[in-house]
Amino acid sequence: MAWFKRSKENISPESRKTDLPDGQWSKCEDCGEIIHNKQLEVNLWMCPKCQYHFRIGSDQYISFIFDKNSFKEYDKKMRSGDPLEFEDTKRYKDRINATIKKSGLNDAIKTGVGKIEGQKAAFACMDFGFIGGSMGSVVGEKIARIIDVAYEDKIPLVIISQSGGARMMEGAFSLMQMAKTSARLARHADAKLPFISVLTDPTTGGVTASYAMLGDVIIAEPKALIGFAGPRVIRQTIGRDLPEGFQRSEFLLENGFIDFIVNRKQLKEKLSHLLFYFNSN
Amino acid sequence: MAKNVLDFEKPIVDLENKIDEMRKYEGHLDIADEIKVLEEKVNQLKYNIYENLTRWQKVQLARHPERPYTLDYIYMITENFIELHGDRLFKDDHAIVGGLAKIDYAKVMIIGHQKGRDTKSNLFRNFGMPNPEGYRKALRLMKLAEKFNIPVFTMLDTPGAYPGLEAEERGQAEAIAKNLLEMSRLKVPIIITIIGEGASGGALGIGIGDRVLMLQNTWYSVISPESCSSILWRSWDYKEQAAESLKLTAEDLLEQGIIDRIIPEPLGGAHKDHHLMADTLKKVLLEELNSLRKIKPEKLVQNRLEKFGKMGVYVD
Ligand SMILES: [Zn+2]
Repeated sequence: MAWFKRSKENISPESRKTDLPDGQWSKCEDCGEIIHNKQLEVNLWMCPKCQYHFRIGSDQYISFIFDKNSFKEYDKKMRSGDPLEFEDTKRYKDRINATIKKSGLNDAIKTGVGKIEGQKAAFACMDFGFIGGSMGSVVGEKIARIIDVAYEDKIPLVIISQSGGARMMEGAFSLMQMAKTSARLARHADAKLPFISVLTDPTTGGVTASYAMLGDVIIAEPKALIGFAGPRVIRQTIGRDLPEGFQRSEFLLENGFIDFIVNRKQLKEKLSHLLFYFNSN
Repeated sequence: MAKNVLDFEKPIVDLENKIDEMRKYEGHLDIADEIKVLEEKVNQLKYNIYENLTRWQKVQLARHPERPYTLDYIYMITENFIELHGDRLFKDDHAIVGGLAKIDYAKVMIIGHQKGRDTKSNLFRNFGMPNPEGYRKALRLMKLAEKFNIPVFTMLDTPGAYPGLEAEERGQAEAIAKNLLEMSRLKVPIIITIIGEGASGGALGIGIGDRVLMLQNTWYSVISPESCSSILWRSWDYKEQAAESLKLTAEDLLEQGIIDRIIPEPLGGAHKDHHLMADTLKKVLLEELNSLRKIKPEKLVQNRLEKFGKMGVYVD
């Protein structure tokens, strides 16, 4: 149910006009196929016709990556402390409260420990549905803590990123989350513990420029937007249109910045194989 | 007459011009007393204006085109500077400079963003906006410093990492991310100074260290006030408000526990007296370096991890 609410917002205004009967159907953004939500769920939220990967949240990823009932969530209640008492056209505090109410999430990330094909792993997954998956103090602290869990328990780390970048409303605190998480990853790496970074649509800004790009292995879902600067800013800077497929997963693979692209249906299997190779026991 | 007068400095400049005008007649008329009164008035005015700057005004000062840049500080406070070039992978980025230098008796590796002063040099320096090879050059120099146990000083002054097509192709995000990781575990002292603009990841890419210092009239945040205005207010017109909301001045960052120390600037800004600014900076850098030298490398790295680990505000 939570997924459905979010997916509805993601549908472009044009497709909303040709509204779909009784909210049980979704339209593929890529090929226009109308798909029943049940079928979509069985297909791990991919279009059965064109394999387009619908954007999904942490609950969905947890549901198909982890062995049944093996996932235990950490720091579930952590919320933003609004360090700057930030105000733009709205108060940040009100924005946070409204988003919590609407999304059912406390911030843009879930963390925890679970088993992938019987192998224990520390895990974090971001949620684009919470203020664009932006990284503020909560995202940074929860990631830092779950890296600590991996470090203490000597288990591998898997992070699924999905973010528009750092959260402006926490100013320099947001920026420092890049430093905080990267420093923890350095210690994790020094202990010879594996970190697998999974990039989904979109992964940009401060998240890409910190933990997302620091995996021992970096994998991405097909056609995900991945980059440092957003396409709009780049277009403004260079004053011309961007080439087809620019900053998509396939482009990063071509340029040597990710190891491989994975279809969502194979994500669990690929993760479990990687964990096997890196397991020292 | 001063060029590059900022809007809020106009009353000062007007009064100074008036005094200059009067001086021309000083030989003919008995106006020495009047000039003196005006001079006192201008001093008072300077204090009133410069000691009560808004956040946006400080951003303007941080960008003042006459401010000292990294190479200016290097020439003013070090001897025997040897600039080192290139990332050994792609090319030499002119928006980040670095090299070996001697400050009094200390050997240091100094690395910093470099802006240009006019159109030509700004194009050469890409307005202080690095491409990935800039961050990779910086990392190469830091690893070199570590190898020979030489402390690292970095100077931050950038409007951001360059948001260009080739920068993305060559992995701007990866270059910055790698620097964050490597700087957090570098086994020599690192002292960071924000000397102008500290814009987001482009600044942080050479900004992890044991001490983070800010000159008095600089800014450091996750986004520039202009970009923040355009995204959150959907208009470029709210930059003053955005600067207020972002709380991005040296005083703000000290209060937030993100920086360790504010380095005072000459009245009116660093550009008013380059040598005074450089002397103050040199004194502070040597002081901080001396305190860091006593710490063992492993402890240094541990402290760094804890320092950045504490940053953030949340409700548990
Ligand atoms: Zn489709």
